[in-house]
Amino acid sequence: MDIKFKGSIILIVLIGALYYAFPTYRAYQPDVDPQTVDNKVNLGLDLQGGMYLDIEIKAEEAVKEILRRTSVELEDLLIDEQVDFLEVRQTTDSVIVEMEPGKKVNLEIAPYDRFLVQFDQNAQGDLTFLKLKAEEADLIRENSVSQALEVLRNRIDSLGISEPSLQKQGENNIVIQLPGLMDRDRAIELIGTQAVLQFQIVNNNATPNNYNRLTEVVKYEEVWDKTTNKLISKRPYVLEKKILMTGEFIRDARVRIDSRDNRPYVALSFDSIGADLFAKITRRNVGRNMAIVLDGKVQSAPVIREAITGGEASISGQFTVKEAETLKIVLKSGNLPAPIEIREERTVGASLGEDSVEQGLNSLMIGSAIVLIFMILYYRLAGVFAAVALIFNVILIISVLGAFGATLTLPGMAGIVLTIGMAVDANVLIFQRIREEIKRTENPRAAIQEGFGKAFRTIMDANVTTLFAALALLQFGTGPIKGFAVTLSVGIIASMFTAIVVTRFFFDYVYLRKTKLRSLSI
Amino acid sequence: MQFLNFKDGEAIDFLSFRRLSAIISGIIILAGVTSIVVHKGLKYGIDFRGGTNVQIQFSTPPNLDQLRQFFAERGMKNVVLQTFGDVADQEILLGLPIDSSLGAGEHLTAELRKILLPQHPKLEIRRIETIGPKVGDELKISAVQAVLIALGLVLLYITIRFQWRQGVSAIVALVHDVLVVVGIFSIFDKEFSLTVVAALLTVVGYSLNDTIVVFDRIRENQGKYRKKSFEETINLSITETLSRTLITSGTTLLVVLSLFFLGGEIIHDFAFALLVGVLIGTYSSIYVASPVAVFFTKLAPPGGTAPATS
Repeated sequence: MDIKFKGSIILIVLIGALYYAFPTYRAYQPDVDPQTVDNKVNLGLDLQGGMYLDIEIKAEEAVKEILRRTSVELEDLLIDEQVDFLEVRQTTDSVIVEMEPGKKVNLEIAPYDRFLVQFDQNAQGDLTFLKLKAEEADLIRENSVSQALEVLRNRIDSLGISEPSLQKQGENNIVIQLPGLMDRDRAIELIGTQAVLQFQIVNNNATPNNYNRLTEVVKYEEVWDKTTNKLISKRPYVLEKKILMTGEFIRDARVRIDSRDNRPYVALSFDSIGADLFAKITRRNVGRNMAIVLDGKVQSAPVIREAITGGEASISGQFTVKEAETLKIVLKSGNLPAPIEIREERTVGASLGEDSVEQGLNSLMIGSAIVLIFMILYYRLAGVFAAVALIFNVILIISVLGAFGATLTLPGMAGIVLTIGMAVDANVLIFQRIREEIKRTENPRAAIQEGFGKAFRTIMDANVTTLFAALALLQFGTGPIKGFAVTLSVGIIASMFTAIVVTRFFFDYVYLRKTKLRSLSI
Repeated sequence: MQFLNFKDGEAIDFLSFRRLSAIISGIIILAGVTSIVVHKGLKYGIDFRGGTNVQIQFSTPPNLDQLRQFFAERGMKNVVLQTFGDVADQEILLGLPIDSSLGAGEHLTAELRKILLPQHPKLEIRRIETIGPKVGDELKISAVQAVLIALGLVLLYITIRFQWRQGVSAIVALVHDVLVVVGIFSIFDKEFSLTVVAALLTVVGYSLNDTIVVFDRIRENQGKYRKKSFEETINLSITETLSRTLITSGTTLLVVLSLFFLGGEIIHDFAFALLVGVLIGTYSSIYVASPVAVFFTKLAPPGGTAPATS
């Protein structure tokens, strides 16, 4: 190959590498906000500080909730229609109506037929089954995840983080990344609260030991000691099973302070449908207590003194102002269709991230400096070639990572450090070969040709196998290990280019152009 | 500058150490296996067993015994407290079991502050890692998969590029390396975490690098010196590539040492695994892979009654 041609290829690659590495250099100057720079190497959450959450939406619970609601609706309907049934119950995929012996009900006709959109009817003796269609169940599960994504996005917006990221992963998982997060506990609370709000009437005449299990249910109000954060007691309420209203009609929520006891409460205002419904409910139940139930726990159960027509309600409880703020946000953003579970959390403070960057850079600088010095001492001018190639290699790695907008993690930095140690291997293989050839033939020109030629195959074989190991690591989906695998892979490929092409060019340029070549500095 | 300057055709009789090296390797691996048995299995990090780790920095030197007392008073017995990194950093790593009452919930940092308040009014929670039980199991499976995929690809590649004898010998050397590193982790009572698996796979790739360089030279020399015995060729090839092997190991060791001493506590175990791995990988490509190749060549001579897989 013509030396000018080789030189221009290297020059093009170098210019390209500098072009793509520059945004990364620019982005992390002290006077620059990294977010304003595109095509840079992003710092992983372990380096810039922040929170990584992998959560699972318990989509099965959303299916159960649909079954529960259907069984309540069906029961109401059967009572209204004065059908002689014994019980309506639910299983994991069906609602079952048990009729009085000998009685029948046909759910395929009005007013029951609306259930058949989602359910298949099937009667066996006194039992009539409504089985949730498989595709409907799938749809519910799918919707619950996309809905959760939407709700969580709204809630996270309220944290005021500049570049949050939420991604669906697999079927039921969502990965949330919050760079630069300050208040970890609050984030978990915002993300983890399901925020299902329900209004139910209290039956003051019943006791937890003596109530109608068919139409009533016991729920508790938890009393916490705010200084020790211990649960002091649980106060039971007997509630009518029927849920009069849910949080879906909330138009706005605000935190207010009660002027009588200076305690915060959350004021709700409903949209017009909700306001009408709330007026109707309160009018019917004047003089009774209405429990406000959040995620299955009673918050308060005030007496309804008169019909409330303004479409406003308030939730008081033992909140701090901060808790009330959080409650306001979760109520405004709507409830999660199913509870969530935290699968994995990795939170790193900003100061630790800074320390890690510093330590990573230090080990990179010092590690490469020692290797470079060794190479120059050991291989003299050829060592200088290798050193230049190595610096080229680092720029190349940064540019490739930057061009793809890759994320650099702490193990990723370790990967670059390691690559430097291993990248010289290709050079060492070549140089040792050249030394051997010189000893054998005492012809420097032939030694360079032979050295590169014979070493080439070995370099390929050796690097390909290291790439295999890096590839095997790539399957660890996200997280720090992937960062390591990525930088290692990029580093190996870059090092093959710099050792085989760049170092070769130096030899060609410095030695092979000479008409009389007597010795090599190697 | 040069060292290990051999005359053309001059060779060190590495294979004569094969009995000794087999004994040394055997002792190290046996010690590791014994340690694993005595410790009742590997000491898994939270990546694999699940749980919560919290890294906390104090403004004054922490008194671990007193802190343990604080947790014990609250009935939290399974809390593990240890100094993290340099004593001067005044940091601890707190390990909570997967079913801890503090758990991963929204009160974790608030509660911890409350518990530690009497001894440390000022503290900084620097890092929280929680791995749920499902993720722990998933990671275990992917770790095993990753190791198997890597070994499988390697076996395939070497069998294609060389012979099945070399492929199997390389795998024996790699399994040897993995066993030694894992065993040493157990002996030093270090936690076996996901980053250690990453380090292991890197060691696999690295050690193989060395092995292939030697095998490559063996193949070349077999063509060149047809009259030499297989053993002689091996000794010659190892000798010829010895300076390269040592220089590359040297430069890699230098960067790994810089990671080990300067990279910080978080990647300390990772660097430690690499350190052990690079040393062992270099040793195994000289003293394990080639003797095993001799063994297989005697067992099934090429051109003779070689198995159909070749």
